[in-house]
Amino acid sequence: MTELDKRQDRSPVPQGWTYAPAPESTDVVRLQDRYGLYIGGEWLAAKEHFTTISPRDEAPLAEVAQASEADVHKAVAVARDAFQSWSKLPGSERAKYMFRIARILAERSREFAVLESLNGGKPIKESRDVDLPLAAAHFFYYAGWADKLEYAFPNRTPKALGVAGQIIPWNFPLLMLSWKIAPALAAGNTVVLKPAETTPLTALLFCDVLRQAELPPGVVNIVTGDGSTGAALVDADVDKIAFTGSTEVGKAIQRRLAGTGKKLTLELGGKAANIVFDDCAIDQAVEGIVNGIYFNQGHVCCAGSRLLVQESIYEPVVEKLKQRMATLRVGDPLDKNTDVGAINSREQLERIEELVAAGKEEGAEIYQPPCKLPEKGYWFAPTVFTNVAQSYRIAQEEIFGPVLSVLTFRTPDEAVEKANNTPYGLSAGVWTEKGSRILWMAQHLRAGVVWANTFNRFDPTSPFGGYKESGFGREGGLHGMEPYLDFE
Amino acid sequence: MMAQAPVLPRGFELPLKQRLPRIGSIDQVAVEQRAAELAKRSIKKDAKVWALELALRCCDLTTLEGQDTPGKVAALCSKAIRPDPSDPNVPSVAAVCVYPNLITPAKERLAGSGVKVASVATYFPSGQAPLDVKLRDVEDAVAMGADEIDMVIDRGAFLSGRYAKVFDEIVKVKEACGAAHLKVILEVAELGTYDNVRRASLLAMAAGGDFIKTSTGKLPGAATLPVQLVMLEAIRDVHAETGRKVGMKPAGGIRTSKNAIQYLVQVHETLGPDWLTPDLYRIGASSLVNDILMQLRKEKTGAYQSKDYFTND
Repeated sequence: MTELDKRQDRSPVPQGWTYAPAPESTDVVRLQDRYGLYIGGEWLAAKEHFTTISPRDEAPLAEVAQASEADVHKAVAVARDAFQSWSKLPGSERAKYMFRIARILAERSREFAVLESLNGGKPIKESRDVDLPLAAAHFFYYAGWADKLEYAFPNRTPKALGVAGQIIPWNFPLLMLSWKIAPALAAGNTVVLKPAETTPLTALLFCDVLRQAELPPGVVNIVTGDGSTGAALVDADVDKIAFTGSTEVGKAIQRRLAGTGKKLTLELGGKAANIVFDDCAIDQAVEGIVNGIYFNQGHVCCAGSRLLVQESIYEPVVEKLKQRMATLRVGDPLDKNTDVGAINSREQLERIEELVAAGKEEGAEIYQPPCKLPEKGYWFAPTVFTNVAQSYRIAQEEIFGPVLSVLTFRTPDEAVEKANNTPYGLSAGVWTEKGSRILWMAQHLRAGVVWANTFNRFDPTSPFGGYKESGFGREGGLHGMEPYLDFE
Repeated sequence: MMAQAPVLPRGFELPLKQRLPRIGSIDQVAVEQRAAELAKRSIKKDAKVWALELALRCCDLTTLEGQDTPGKVAALCSKAIRPDPSDPNVPSVAAVCVYPNLITPAKERLAGSGVKVASVATYFPSGQAPLDVKLRDVEDAVAMGADEIDMVIDRGAFLSGRYAKVFDEIVKVKEACGAAHLKVILEVAELGTYDNVRRASLLAMAAGGDFIKTSTGKLPGAATLPVQLVMLEAIRDVHAETGRKVGMKPAGGIRTSKNAIQYLVQVHETLGPDWLTPDLYRIGASSLVNDILMQLRKEKTGAYQSKDYFTND
């Protein structure tokens, strides 16, 4: 062999692997400067507008209409007109439109995913891999029921209600829109939907999908605005209100609707317990804890915000959790490698900061991994509180941010008692390798969803909804059709 | 039976200390989900070049065929020293991995290059031979100059629950290795469950293995991303408990640069940057090298070149 072949000085491995930025391009999204109200299949001009921004850098994205009471009444009237023909269409015809919508959503998913991350701040990998596939799946799923209602509810002669007023939150804007609109249309209702004030853009882009699908005018109407628009919708001539949002607003709506005969479903807050037993698969449980609370910056009503760990494995769980938190990549929502994106709004950031300050004051121990937060925009580092007592505000109140409170328990009974000791009852998680314990826990937990060895998993076929102050009525599955139907 | 295992200078007693009171188990659905999530990392530009060069440095360039000859091995060794003859800045691979009969020609060819010679031993790939035969196999390989020994565990013993036998064998092989580094092949395709992969990983590390390795490469269903994740988590636990750093070597089925980068991302985000070195991470591969070279040249020139420009060795 020649000397040339030999490589005496093997250069050392260079240190430090930093992932280069991998931003998803925003070219695919074309925004209008100003949006009107989508009523009767047309864009109607509004008198007032407000600016919607991107929480990642506070840059303005577009002007959005502030619908007045008169606008809302008009939308409802148009929806009522449309109901006459829409409800008389054969189910298979309604399904045809819905399948079209599902397919278009899937085809345009990249565009929607980018806009969702831009307007809402969630990581692109979540809007791409969770929000969009699920949103399309809901339309596909409910399209399938449209012509089978009499078989779904045998001997009960299901009938559409009329006009459904729907008010959705800012944490999963397009997905919540699908959860609301898909079952309503399948049942034969028409819809007036109000997107959240901070995240109206995917709902407005969705109007484009409706046109592309040639959905008859007036079947779906989108009115944007703040809380006053929502209040106007609640008071308008609708047959049903479906609301997803805070418990406080939910209670106000319920008071307002008392005695009016309007139907109501509420999907409100939560303070879910994620219960980790000492016989769990520990690394996967830690992954589930992280997914449970840091998914979508903790802006999830069913987030596993209270971690209940069996005392015998408290130390390794918390240690592994902190190690794992240190690998979370916080930053630009449009970067494909981002795990935790921007907080949705300044208002929400302030609420998180207030509760975290309260947690420190009450004596809980705080841990935040070292991470560099961008200067512009709304950001909050993933946070875990240990040494938390059941009575602390951070263990009681919904924070709706990337903040986890860790408590311990000794026995299954104590775990159930602590988990149920909250005004909420939306979801819970159980981590154990023991099947019988999973079933026992699921029987005793007062929560609408109990996940076993997983967390934050959604499927259109599975009903979702709360106990107690987390609301009533179910969305998803056949159960999700019922609130949109009258039975003789 | 595990408590009876002898305490080794570099090993530790089983079961692990009180803080991790059990061997633990693996949730199949969740570990596969996590592996799939990590595989979505988008590694571009500088980060990609960095990873490709590291992957090359970590390669155990392997040929384990009945038809291997000194000529074939010599060609492979030249490739190992200088993977891309047109670009001297492309680093050498970590080692060449051969059968014991080919250690001598490999050793001659690699002399002075810094590239190590690894040899499979212990009645590779089945391991179905008496212990003294296996030990003799190892001793011979070491005597011929192997720097590293890739042994196989006795899967028959493991699957029938005779863990002590598996443990004792590894201990004895480690003794027979002397100064040579020991990689313990679990042959995960025959273990059947992630729980078994974790158990075998802990067993191999407790018995003193310097590396744990997924596969012989002789069976379909060799290294997979979830399997590596399970093994990395076991390595992490052992490090947390004892401070000892055990290496990882996936082998079999890693043919593309993209796939190799996914393996590296997993190491980076599970064990941290300390493990991103040929001292603690190896990839058993043959065709992977040319794909890396092709990608590296693409990053430098902006264009993909025909396979004809890369030597088949």
